[in-house]
Amino acid sequence: MDNFLSFFSVHQQMIYIVILMIFAGIEVIGRVPAVLHTPLMSGANAIHGVVIIGAIIVMGKAEADNYLALILGFIAVIVGTLNVVGGFVVTDRMLEMFKKKKAP
Amino acid sequence: MNILIISYLIASVTFILGLKMLSNPATARKGNLIAAGGMIIAIIATIFLYEEDGVKLGNYGWIFGGILIGTVAGTLAARKVKMTAMPEMVSLFNGMGGACAMLISIVEFNHLGNFTLYPPLSGLGPTEIPEISKGQILIILLGLIIGSISFAGSIIAWGKLNGRIKDFYFKGQQVFNLVMFGLIIGLTAYILLISPETVEFSPTEQPNFLVHHISNRAYLIFGVILALSLIYGIFFVMPIGGADMPVVISLLNSFTGVAAACGGFLYDNKAMLTGGILVGAAGTLLTILMCKAMNRSLTNVLIGNFGGSSAASGGAKAQGTYKEISLSDTAVLLSYSNRVYIVPGYGLAVAQAQHACHELEKLLTEKGVEVKYAIHPVAGRMPGHMNVLLAEADVSYDLLKEMEEANNEFASTDAVLILGANDVVNPAAKTDTTSPIYGMPILDVELAKNVIVNKRSMKPGYAGIENDLFFRPKTSMLFGDSKKVLQDLIAEVKNL
Repeated sequence: MDNFLSFFSVHQQMIYIVILMIFAGIEVIGRVPAVLHTPLMSGANAIHGVVIIGAIIVMGKAEADNYLALILGFIAVIVGTLNVVGGFVVTDRMLEMFKKKKAP
Repeated sequence: MNILIISYLIASVTFILGLKMLSNPATARKGNLIAAGGMIIAIIATIFLYEEDGVKLGNYGWIFGGILIGTVAGTLAARKVKMTAMPEMVSLFNGMGGACAMLISIVEFNHLGNFTLYPPLSGLGPTEIPEISKGQILIILLGLIIGSISFAGSIIAWGKLNGRIKDFYFKGQQVFNLVMFGLIIGLTAYILLISPETVEFSPTEQPNFLVHHISNRAYLIFGVILALSLIYGIFFVMPIGGADMPVVISLLNSFTGVAAACGGFLYDNKAMLTGGILVGAAGTLLTILMCKAMNRSLTNVLIGNFGGSSAASGGAKAQGTYKEISLSDTAVLLSYSNRVYIVPGYGLAVAQAQHACHELEKLLTEKGVEVKYAIHPVAGRMPGHMNVLLAEADVSYDLLKEMEEANNEFASTDAVLILGANDVVNPAAKTDTTSPIYGMPILDVELAKNVIVNKRSMKPGYAGIENDLFFRPKTSMLFGDSKKVLQDLIAEVKNL
């Protein structure tokens, strides 16, 4: 149990961030119109692609003889990039069409 | 290092700002680009500036190779995908994020066990040797579990939306799922309670150095947890009806956000943490909002009585008789109406008939008919699906009416043309308390003088529920593929 408690005290700052971000996340999209549900979901999908940073770190610190880390890290970088790039491009494509609509 | 911290700060701010702007139609596109910009800054800063214990990252070839492959594949896939396939694309990309979190956890768990050397601690007994932080193990396990559930679930949702995977449901599946979930939690607790590491003197590498190993038993349990999570993800999504997929994708989306946040804890990385938690929270709220748009509760969606039991209750109902209408009669009816409402649905999207639909609308407008579109909030496979689809065909934004406005105008409408929509016009949602869609707001097309329904056949809609509307006296059926029917209709109207 002490082990857990020390983990919490070490990560105190992070826990504060978690709590504040929960409120920020709810507040920020509180009044989204139904038409934007899909693009918003897609945009949020792209943002959680930030997990790519973890993949880059795993890849970057993998030792040359640790094949598991090399291979899994490499795949992680690929799928993470897919999430980020694909996510933002798909969202932009959806929203591009919304914009066209608005033009007179 | 300071520049790295500032980069992460900028990224975090752009994520919040981007999400905020994405929820407003006027700023949505810019918001997406701002978040993308922040992401690029965070990625580049990580590659070049991140260091751990004073050591910078290596393997640049692998990193850039992976990013290059991902960028090319991701751009191509996202650019080439048809508008109808957008929802499943989002699901697929979400699954990729989940897989990424899962892989990170696997490597990090392995890393824990591989190289933890301690210098000779002559005075200490084995019990006083520093342990691997259990908090860290918990975070790795959480990232693994949530990431793999999200990955497996998203792939199933993707397969369901493009029709490759059919609904699958067996008796007692809810119990089965609960047991699986309990097992995952139980094993996670177990791995934390037992000492996952064994400490021994390193005989070969450095004599008298202590080495931490993850025990074989802990590795085995880790593998079982991974397998169970993947299976749970599959069975979690399997029984849920296709019409509910948007809600499920949104939920899995927020799962992946939390999995990414676990990575934030692991690397003490604030950009990952803010981005992940932000999406986790916003995604959860969005899921609830989507459920609200359908007037259903999340539990109702997840327990999956949409896909399973509804087919039985719908099928039991007696079928009435319906009448068909010919193309030329339809053409006449539409051309001599004052006001026509078009109700688009998934069938329109499948048939790629949005351009033909726009053409018919222009033709009728030229003839002096007032043509508008009634958009149900959940028409199609995702909220906003129809707006995006019709926008692709250059349909003017002003002609798209939301449900409430359309419902007010149906009484003074001469004809409603329903193109491939079904559940969103099903009167059972108002009258039949046993119907799974009971309580969902619908388009009251029956108020109009005539209702023409274009469908491919009399088969029930995606929710698997019979639609009484088709048997009402005001309703006429116009069978056929939406695109073909519309093209023929255009020809007929021109010939009048």
